[in-house]
Amino acid sequence: MEMNKVELVNDKEVAISPSGWKIVGREIVRDKLALFSLILLTVIIILVYGVSFFLNQEEIVTVDLFSIHEPPSETHILGTDYGGRDVFGQLIIGTRNSLSIGIMVTVMTGVIGIIFGMVAGYFGGTTDNILMRILDFFQVLPFLMIVIVFVAIVPKYGILSFSLIMTAFLWMGIARLIRSKALQEKELDYVQASKTLGTSDLKIMFTQVLPNLSSLIIVTMTLNLAANIGLESGLSFLGFGFPESTPSLGTLVSYARNPQTLEFRWWVWVPASVLILVLMLSINNVGQALKRATDARQRRG
Amino acid sequence: MWKFTLRRIVTMIPQVLLLSIIVFILAKMMPGDALSGMVDPNIDPNTIAEKREALGLNDPWYQQYTRWLGGVFQGDLGQSFHFKMDVSELVWQRIVNSFWLSLLTLVLTYLIAIPLGITSGRYNDSWSDRLITGYTYIGFAMPIFIFALVMLWVFGFYLDLFPTGGSVEPGIEPGTFEYIMSKIYHMLLPALSMALITTVSTVQYLRSEIIDTKQKDFILTARAKGASESRVYNRHILRNSLLPIAAFLGYEITGLIGGSIFIENIFGYPGMGQLFLNSILLRDYSVVTALVLLFGILSILGALLSDIILSLVDPRIRIK
Repeated sequence: MEMNKVELVNDKEVAISPSGWKIVGREIVRDKLALFSLILLTVIIILVYGVSFFLNQEEIVTVDLFSIHEPPSETHILGTDYGGRDVFGQLIIGTRNSLSIGIMVTVMTGVIGIIFGMVAGYFGGTTDNILMRILDFFQVLPFLMIVIVFVAIVPKYGILSFSLIMTAFLWMGIARLIRSKALQEKELDYVQASKTLGTSDLKIMFTQVLPNLSSLIIVTMTLNLAANIGLESGLSFLGFGFPESTPSLGTLVSYARNPQTLEFRWWVWVPASVLILVLMLSINNVGQALKRATDARQRRG
Repeated sequence: MWKFTLRRIVTMIPQVLLLSIIVFILAKMMPGDALSGMVDPNIDPNTIAEKREALGLNDPWYQQYTRWLGGVFQGDLGQSFHFKMDVSELVWQRIVNSFWLSLLTLVLTYLIAIPLGITSGRYNDSWSDRLITGYTYIGFAMPIFIFALVMLWVFGFYLDLFPTGGSVEPGIEPGTFEYIMSKIYHMLLPALSMALITTVSTVQYLRSEIIDTKQKDFILTARAKGASESRVYNRHILRNSLLPIAAFLGYEITGLIGGSIFIENIFGYPGMGQLFLNSILLRDYSVVTALVLLFGILSILGALLSDIILSLVDPRIRIK
């Protein structure tokens, strides 16, 4: 009974607005919070990437012993940290780095997860069984600890190896999701028809089934982006994220582990914390609105 | 039911074995070995080479692996290079602290989640529901380390209500009532910080579960029979909505492991997460290996626990 109702609603929606993107746009405009988040996010991204273009990272991370822990002033808008480095510059570059690595990891985990899940779901049977056991195994690993151990023992450690390590242990969620959808999708008539016509499996998977899952993929990747930014800053906070010379939001927050800084020097850690929270909240808001747009039952607009 | 549990336990064995192989490989990749911590570097290199041969460090990897695994089964996890004591003994000291902290966190998590979830589900779209949903929205996006720092700043430093580090007041006789109270007092702030964040997903789940159940036909029947509103909620809806929450318990354990690393680090609480980070920084790799293995086994057991509870609660899963 429930199913019928959903399909009915679906039919109606499709009859009114055939374009999926129109629905997404309408949902975001209707949801004032998501609209505000999207605008805020765009402004932050443009500002961060724009301003960091004019900042010199070498200059910012250079230690200046004559201006340690200066409160905010004319020369240093947000004061300086324990090494006399300008907090504002670190904040901008840190946000850029955190965002970039978040996007990089999200895309890489997305690609691996989509291929893995698609193969498992589309072929089913034994292939599915074997692949899912591998996935199960990755999923029970204690993520944080394994990543920290890898970060500690990789000899030539840099931004690329950090994002690869993160990717290696984060692709399972999206793979599982794609697999369950692909299992449903392959039973549909268009796949069967295509098979009868002799289309190759590879072509069916990636040119016919994949576009049908695109909305789901976009939603998941948006939500993953928020989670990945949180994970990156968490790892940097513990000292196992970016190398010292590369500013990150998490590194700025980690200075607050010094009780003196936590209690008296708010300018070092509060802006970075607020920025992490704002980034994660607004990406989540946009993601939730996208999720509603793809699910007819929850749509508001 | 027993069949399902047995089958589930059998699938667990290869997982544990694979985990042990990965941990072993990690241990081999780490610089230094069992010997480098024990001998004086000034000793003649030939003597060291002989020692290595005698300890079997030049054997093929599978021989070393089986020997290591045999040791692990007997509780021999090697020597800590920094603390100069058996790893198993060291880990045991910390496990007790971590166990109590996790237990308190779990209790607080459910103490917060159940009333909030019920209020929010029962009176959905009211003001209290909107407040609770707002809290879960922010809590969902809030990284645990930022929240813990804010809690430490507000309650530990600004209001000065709670201690800001350690697990017990120094100089109190162990075993006395005062000692136990001091332990709980030290655990309260870390546990509360972690619980307030981890509870969020449970609240969200409980809310949607109650809203879903509310519209089912059997609730209509119960109302038609003349059951009072409180009976409908406490007997009919709650029983159906609370059980799936119980199944989350196992997955919570996995979450607690990750969270405890941050929490113990921020509050300076001497548990396993703290030991793990310190050992990494001190390059005390035998401790690191033991902890990764231990945490891995704990999360495998957590998943097992969840699946078994789920199969008890929802018979449909057993058939698969």
